Amino acid sequence: MSAAQDADHHGHGHGHDGGAHGSFRGYMTGFVLSVILTAIPFWLVMGDVLKNPVWTTVIILAFAVVQIIVHMVYFLHMNTKSEGGWTILALIFTVTLVVITLTGSIWVMHHLNTNMMPMSPHDMLHHQP
Amino acid sequence: MADTDLMNLVFGRLRLDDIPYHEPILQVTFAGVAVVGLAVLGVITYYRFWGPLWRDWVTSVDHKKIGIMYIILAIVMLLRGFADALLMRSQQAISFGENQGFLPPHHYDQIFTAHGVIMIFFVAMPFVTGMMNYVVPLQIGARDVAFPFLNNFSFWMTVSGAITVMISLFVGEFSRATWLAYPPLSGADMSPGVGVDYYIWGLQIAGIGTTLSGINLVATIVKMRAPGMTMMKLPIFVWTSLCTNALIVAAFPILSAVLALLTLDRYVGTHFFTNDLGGNPMMYFNLIWIWGHPEVYILILPAFGIFSEVTSTFCGKRLFGYVSMVYATVVITILSYLVWLHHFFTMGSGASVNSFFGITTMIISIPTGAKIFNWLFTMFRGRIRFEVPMLWTVSFMVTFVIGGMTGVLLAVPPADFVLHNSLFLIAHFHNVIIGGVLFGMFAGVNYWWPKAFGFKLDPFWGKVSFWFWTVGFYVAFMPLYVLGLMGVTRRQQHLEDPSLQVWFVLAACGAVLIAIGIAAMLTQFTVSIRNREKLRDVTGDPWGGRTLEWSTSSPPPEYNFAFTPRIHDLDAWYDMKRRGYERPREGFKAIHMPKNTGTGAIISAFSVAFSFGMVWYIWWLAALSFVAMIAAAIIHTFNYNRDFDIPADTVVRTEAERSAVLAAMA
Repeated sequence: MSAAQDADHHGHGHGHDGGAHGSFRGYMTGFVLSVILTAIPFWLVMGDVLKNPVWTTVIILAFAVVQIIVHMVYFLHMNTKSEGGWTILALIFTVTLVVITLTGSIWVMHHLNTNMMPMSPHDMLHHQP
Repeated sequence: MADTDLMNLVFGRLRLDDIPYHEPILQVTFAGVAVVGLAVLGVITYYRFWGPLWRDWVTSVDHKKIGIMYIILAIVMLLRGFADALLMRSQQAISFGENQGFLPPHHYDQIFTAHGVIMIFFVAMPFVTGMMNYVVPLQIGARDVAFPFLNNFSFWMTVSGAITVMISLFVGEFSRATWLAYPPLSGADMSPGVGVDYYIWGLQIAGIGTTLSGINLVATIVKMRAPGMTMMKLPIFVWTSLCTNALIVAAFPILSAVLALLTLDRYVGTHFFTNDLGGNPMMYFNLIWIWGHPEVYILILPAFGIFSEVTSTFCGKRLFGYVSMVYATVVITILSYLVWLHHFFTMGSGASVNSFFGITTMIISIPTGAKIFNWLFTMFRGRIRFEVPMLWTVSFMVTFVIGGMTGVLLAVPPADFVLHNSLFLIAHFHNVIIGGVLFGMFAGVNYWWPKAFGFKLDPFWGKVSFWFWTVGFYVAFMPLYVLGLMGVTRRQQHLEDPSLQVWFVLAACGAVLIAIGIAAMLTQFTVSIRNREKLRDVTGDPWGGRTLEWSTSSPPPEYNFAFTPRIHDLDAWYDMKRRGYERPREGFKAIHMPKNTGTGAIISAFSVAFSFGMVWYIWWLAALSFVAMIAAAIIHTFNYNRDFDIPADTVVRTEAERSAVLAAMA
């Protein structure tokens, strides 16, 4: 997997094989999927369909994750082989760090909040015996 | 009334009173800066250097020149940051009992903030980035970085950030909210002045430069290695650079985001980090340290790389445990994301959280320790030549191990509750940053100077500088360990207990020794430049080097390598020498190179005007310069005249000259 082989391979990719850089069909699929994945959460919130803010939030976050994957596949053309595997490696690195950052922050701040005296008037109301 | 409105419209909140012309210390500083500045401008004008300065340096997209400019920036800012350090050390040495010293709290607080900000963002970062910029393309056999214009732009954005911070010295004030600007102190209520705004915009601009240069170097290392250079044949400095830049790309956006949220709190009255309306200041601590801890490793990893190169070269051996070194670097890269809470154990998130982060912190010392053993075993039975770079490396190994061990002490949460925010902590991180990062950069400067300029640095003054720095470091910071254990907290403008004074006086003496070390280093540069003919190296390989940068001439031609080298082994140049490598004499072709452009410097100049406008609420200036930045960027995209070919005969001529020089020597 040397740089030379990479470079050669890449050069050919540019010249003959447009597939790696997306096609009209690919972009349209991505676009339609993105619109659907945006419209549903929008509808969920605006129509207050579920009457339950917690579940609405969870579902919106799930749609956001799917949306990210759609963008990566159809717009950024990421797959396990592109750029000699470097993009998938970078993705794994990024996902690891994002997971660490998010779960870590939530964990840390949750423990802090549990240990803290109530701070805001809103919290005080909830914490009153 | 209308008058005030007009003033507000034109000057924002900037008034004549904001220029601190009544403070004697600043008057003297300003006079000094003005005299030196005028002298420099005069010299440039006298020697008609403006044209070449613009054509060959400011607009240059050559990674070698940009690397050199980064390091010049770092050294200039080192002088500023060190001046702050001297002020603090002398203030603390005399400010006991009746004596209030010469710095009022208002000024003292600005000084320690400026010292921290400048030393990390405008000394250590440019130093590290400059080293990587200069060396990485040469070590992987490339002709430039992946995006040469972006490189130039990144550099000038870093300079813009530095200029923004420096302006605060003479117009208005700098932040008093410590180097990480924790809210609520850095919020609009507690710091209504311009200080924190200077901090925010200075870092925001420099941060853009750093992020972009990180992307650039990752792409360079991944895509532009010479044929045959597989990942496990990469020079170790390139490996550490790759990990550092991956960390930059991952971590710096967090800093930008946190600062943006703080900006919103200050400018438009949101409450992300204030207790009112549900904000939480501890979230700021959490987020800024998720950037801040990787930042520490961003700085130290390239230094580890330099020490590895230096050790292997000056011991005449292949690096012991190359593979373990690579894995240690990668493991440190990942682990550096799992320890951030150790900076605020005392926040109170409880025993389970604190033990987790305490243990991960201690785990980091394992790969780091492995590296120390690798260097020691490389030295074992090597033919060690104690040239100046090797001296710095040995001093690093001793000093850094001490710093690492006090770090493990601090990683124990109960101990941290005692030592948190004490001078013990100050001593610890100066121990690892001076003994690790700075010593590494000095080793690197001495090691690669002959490559960059074609002559060695004077060893006598190098050794003087080395001894004063090393001894000065111990004299300055060991007393702080003692004071910290006695419970003295950091950032004290005044102390009452006279029994502590002797330690502070001792620390101040250490700072003076370091000052002599810095002076000796500047003398070393001057003396070497003056004696350059005597110190000349024409071989291009003055140390008996092992990696590719030593295979080309010193200084390297604009195109670095006439032919892209083919790599068969780790330590490629050593391998080439061993197999009786012959320089190619013919068959040269024209070489395709990127053209210089002034766009980077121009956009960055607008960014200074933009941040000045934002700091002082001069909205028209901010808006205008922001539009100008965008416009300049768009105009640049229409510049199709961005590359050229170095004609084949120029390459032939350059290479023939080198052949003649080499033949004359042999």
